[in-house]
Amino acid sequence: MQSFDLAAQGLRALNSTLHALNGQTNQTSWEVINPKGAHAIAVGLDAPIDVTVRGSTGYYCAGMNKQATVRIKGSAGPGVAENMMSGTVIIDGDASQYAGATGRGGLLVIKGNAASRCGISMKGIDIVVHGNIGHMSCFMAQSGNMVVLGDAGDALGDSLYEARLFVRGSVKSLGADCIEKEMRPEHLALLADLLARGEADHLAKPEEFKRYGSARKLYNFNVDNASSY
Amino acid sequence: MCGIVGLFLKDASLEPKLGEMLTEMLITMTDRGPDSAGIAIYSRGHDGHAKLTVQSANPDTDFDGLAEKLGAAIAAKVKMAVKDTHAVFDLPLDRLEAARHALRDIAPAIKVMSAGEGIEIYKEVGLPKDVAARFDVSKMTGTHGIGHTRMATESAVTTMGAHPFSTGADQCLVHNGSLSNHNSVRRVLKRAGMTFETENDTEVAAAFISHKLQEGAKLGEAMEATLTDLDGFFTFVVGTKNGFGVVRDPIACKPAVMAETDQYVAFGSEYRAMVMLPGIEHARVWEPEPATVYFWER
Repeated sequence: MQSFDLAAQGLRALNSTLHALNGQTNQTSWEVINPKGAHAIAVGLDAPIDVTVRGSTGYYCAGMNKQATVRIKGSAGPGVAENMMSGTVIIDGDASQYAGATGRGGLLVIKGNAASRCGISMKGIDIVVHGNIGHMSCFMAQSGNMVVLGDAGDALGDSLYEARLFVRGSVKSLGADCIEKEMRPEHLALLADLLARGEADHLAKPEEFKRYGSARKLYNFNVDNASSY
Repeated sequence: MCGIVGLFLKDASLEPKLGEMLTEMLITMTDRGPDSAGIAIYSRGHDGHAKLTVQSANPDTDFDGLAEKLGAAIAAKVKMAVKDTHAVFDLPLDRLEAARHALRDIAPAIKVMSAGEGIEIYKEVGLPKDVAARFDVSKMTGTHGIGHTRMATESAVTTMGAHPFSTGADQCLVHNGSLSNHNSVRRVLKRAGMTFETENDTEVAAAFISHKLQEGAKLGEAMEATLTDLDGFFTFVVGTKNGFGVVRDPIACKPAVMAETDQYVAFGSEYRAMVMLPGIEHARVWEPEPATVYFWER
């Protein structure tokens, strides 16, 4: 394993070293020590490497990730895995606001709680949260899956498009155009796979969740509303 | 954007290091607010004594002989300690109000930063590291303190526009965010007898809490009232003689992280402001919930 001391070597050196690993590399396993809440750790990776951050991170850790697996052995600041394209980000602790925002693909696993706006405007990412999520989560979420083992805060899925939301606990309130939907066999199968990949299959069963989705009344053109457009 | 740091000590053995820890925390938050910085530090006062912290743009002339003049005006013994542009007067607690009135006549150009039994406030324009060095904050001892690095949005970059704001004895408030109804709240508070030094939105929040406390509210109740009466974005950190509180607006887009151990409660706009604290790796670290009041009192 390659070790990188962020306190000694600095952020630019870390990210340029990791960015240089596109294509073939034998250095597939990395650890970052002394993160000390620094911003933009391991952003923009584009290689099938495994990076373990030993501590808590600041803003935008693992943003724009492609292919890489980033493990945070602490908590993550705002915007973790923002706009992720593919790969996996696993956080042992909590995540601050807008985790996984606008994510287009890949898997984000948060083993603690996520704060407000988790998965806002998600566009294909899968997010599995072992704890709770805060208010305005999945706002304008377009596609992808959100799995929450705990509770969801106010205005879940406000102005939702086609993302699927699965919540095991309570939902404080649903946002505009977000409704509970029936759980069909294909959803149970999808959820079983997400729980397994999200390292949560020993914590919850698919049958324990409720599914929420778009009522599709807000984003489809309706001639009766023509004067409002 | 702005940066906030705060530290409320539970373990008295850390009190000699309060200034040093707060300084380090404050400097870490420089990139959130490089235009001005300030710190409120609370120490154990002496029975019957009060502290009046003042600021002058011309300290050499304004502070010259001021302790004697003030002492004569209020017929009491007054000691003065000058630190750069600030001076702290030590005087009898029962003469504190008289001293504030007397200062307006003796030295009208001087601005009062804080008054109370434990509080001292130091704030100036400039980088946090320079501001902390000018006042030698790292040498200060105390029980709790709050620091702020400012990136101005609602009023000019001036000493008086820097945080913390103090609008009542031993009270202070710092703010990350901006208020949208501060003009109307200021008018209401002025009619109720509160006075204002600036056009700044944060001073209104400080005065709002001071007014509630004057009316008999407890710290937690006064902070709770900000959630219904103040409109805008805010994370507030509030200090009183023996208390320390935190509240965020219901949208909670202004960041906040807290850490608690057996030795202290700490606040940072970001986690990295707290990484140097003793035992942080084993602290309970969490984000304060939106629209929820947190406070600690000794």
